[in-house]
Amino acid sequence: MIEVAHLTKRYGAQLAVDDVSFTCEPGTVTGFLGPNGAGKSTTMRMICGLTPPTGGHATVAGRPYRRLPNPGREVGLLLDASAQHPGRTGRETLALAAQLLGVPESRVGDLLALVDLPASAARKRVGAYSLGMRQRLGLAQALLGEPRALILDEPANGLDPEGIFWMRGLLRDFADRGGTVLLSSHLLREVEAVADRLVMIGNGRILAQGAKDELLAGAGTRVRALDPGALHRALAAAGLAHTPAGGGALLVDADAEAVGRAAAAAGLVLLELGSRGAHGLEEMFLSLTTTPEGTAR
Amino acid sequence: MSVTAPARTTEVMITYPAPSLWRLTVVELRKMADTRAGAWLLAITVLLAAAVVVVVTTAGEATDLTFPALLAPTLLPAAVLLPVLGVLSVTGEWSHRTTLTTYALVPRRMRVTAAKVLAALALAALAYAACLAATAAALPFADAGADPWRIPAQFLGRTGLFLVVNVLLGVAFGLALMNSALAVVLYFVLPIGWSILGELVTALHRPAEWLDLSVTSGLLLEPVMTGRDWARLGTSAAVWIVAPFVLGLLRLHRREVK
Repeated sequence: MIEVAHLTKRYGAQLAVDDVSFTCEPGTVTGFLGPNGAGKSTTMRMICGLTPPTGGHATVAGRPYRRLPNPGREVGLLLDASAQHPGRTGRETLALAAQLLGVPESRVGDLLALVDLPASAARKRVGAYSLGMRQRLGLAQALLGEPRALILDEPANGLDPEGIFWMRGLLRDFADRGGTVLLSSHLLREVEAVADRLVMIGNGRILAQGAKDELLAGAGTRVRALDPGALHRALAAAGLAHTPAGGGALLVDADAEAVGRAAAAAGLVLLELGSRGAHGLEEMFLSLTTTPEGTAR
Repeated sequence: MSVTAPARTTEVMITYPAPSLWRLTVVELRKMADTRAGAWLLAITVLLAAAVVVVVTTAGEATDLTFPALLAPTLLPAAVLLPVLGVLSVTGEWSHRTTLTTYALVPRRMRVTAAKVLAALALAALAYAACLAATAAALPFADAGADPWRIPAQFLGRTGLFLVVNVLLGVAFGLALMNSALAVVLYFVLPIGWSILGELVTALHRPAEWLDLSVTSGLLLEPVMTGRDWARLGTSAAVWIVAPFVLGLLRLHRREVK
């Protein structure tokens, strides 16, 4: 369980995170989405007590993170895979964390196997690792303390498609066994396959949040009829707001059933009818987050 | 979730204990030796100390050698290089951004710092023991003076303190500056700066006597130390160890970990 309430972070004149609130329930994967510099990492660091918030607070497992006596046993973190000492071997990196957490060092071998880092790679120094290998090492470190929650910042960066698929399975399995997962990404496609809930952030503010299915459904319906003019009139008569979507298709602010019924009532022949789904969400996401100051840190 | 937990809650809430200071210290010691830089630094320290022992005992001009006379130069490599390890123990975490892991796993930053200090002191103690052993092993082969095994207890204490002062200086510099290059360079340049300025500017002669830690800590290796010598050492230690230490702790307490 991760609870975030009104977290705010101000750097000088700039508001990096502005009144962000959300909750991650056990058994769910929450996708934390936003373009680079939207405030995702800052929010995550505030949850973990690494960045002092200007306002608001967060709790993990019912307590502020810094009050957890042994936080690595409650929540596994992967905030930046490249933040490892390059002169230390992968195995040694995990062994150190195991010693701090108070878990038997035998778990190191188990986790290296779990994240598919072979013994030959584990003996190498982290400086020689690819980003994908560092992500795997970081994930192993996060899982080392058998936590009930995971907070992962852009864990798919640097992973190949197979690796991304593998990680999805691992996170889904973790959540299905009652774990809580919060993972960030700047790519909707990357998280929509695994997340139950989405929290979208842009310029430090939450733009939308909710169950993934609801958000996807709320993105509208794409419809195309043999007679576009008649469809336009039928939708207007049914009181459904719509906009042209190119190619004679219309984008309707309603679910597929409502659009289909309106078309059927007018006796129209439809060529296309479907939820805009992730595509619509992505467009909404882009339109909401693209602002002139979108490049700020 | 709720404060008054209902009886039907089946989930067992386990509170995992925080790592003890002992455990943190052992981890910090391990971190000093398990990186490439740390391992090399330790190896070079050992090799240099061994070379000093061999050279001093076999060189022709070393006559009338005693235990204290051999111990003092043997300690020098450790006294110069272990502080670098102390610096890196603190600053390496920032430059490699492993603070992200360290302070996430142990949010109480002062405890981590305490462990780093204890680890540095433990390393100094280990090095001291090794130097004592090397000196004792080499002395029979040297052209020993009269009564070479006479070891004044207070000399043992002062030479040990010499190592401790140097190692603490390294940790304090690392804490205050939080930057490996800056802290290491300053650690080496500061004594040189003092001696150059002290030579050039006569007005700095007296302040240097009280503030140049490389000179005042060297007093610990002298056969006799007066009360005034102790005051000089204390003054310079307050300026170059205690003040940076306090400053560093304040910085650490507030600093955002990225």
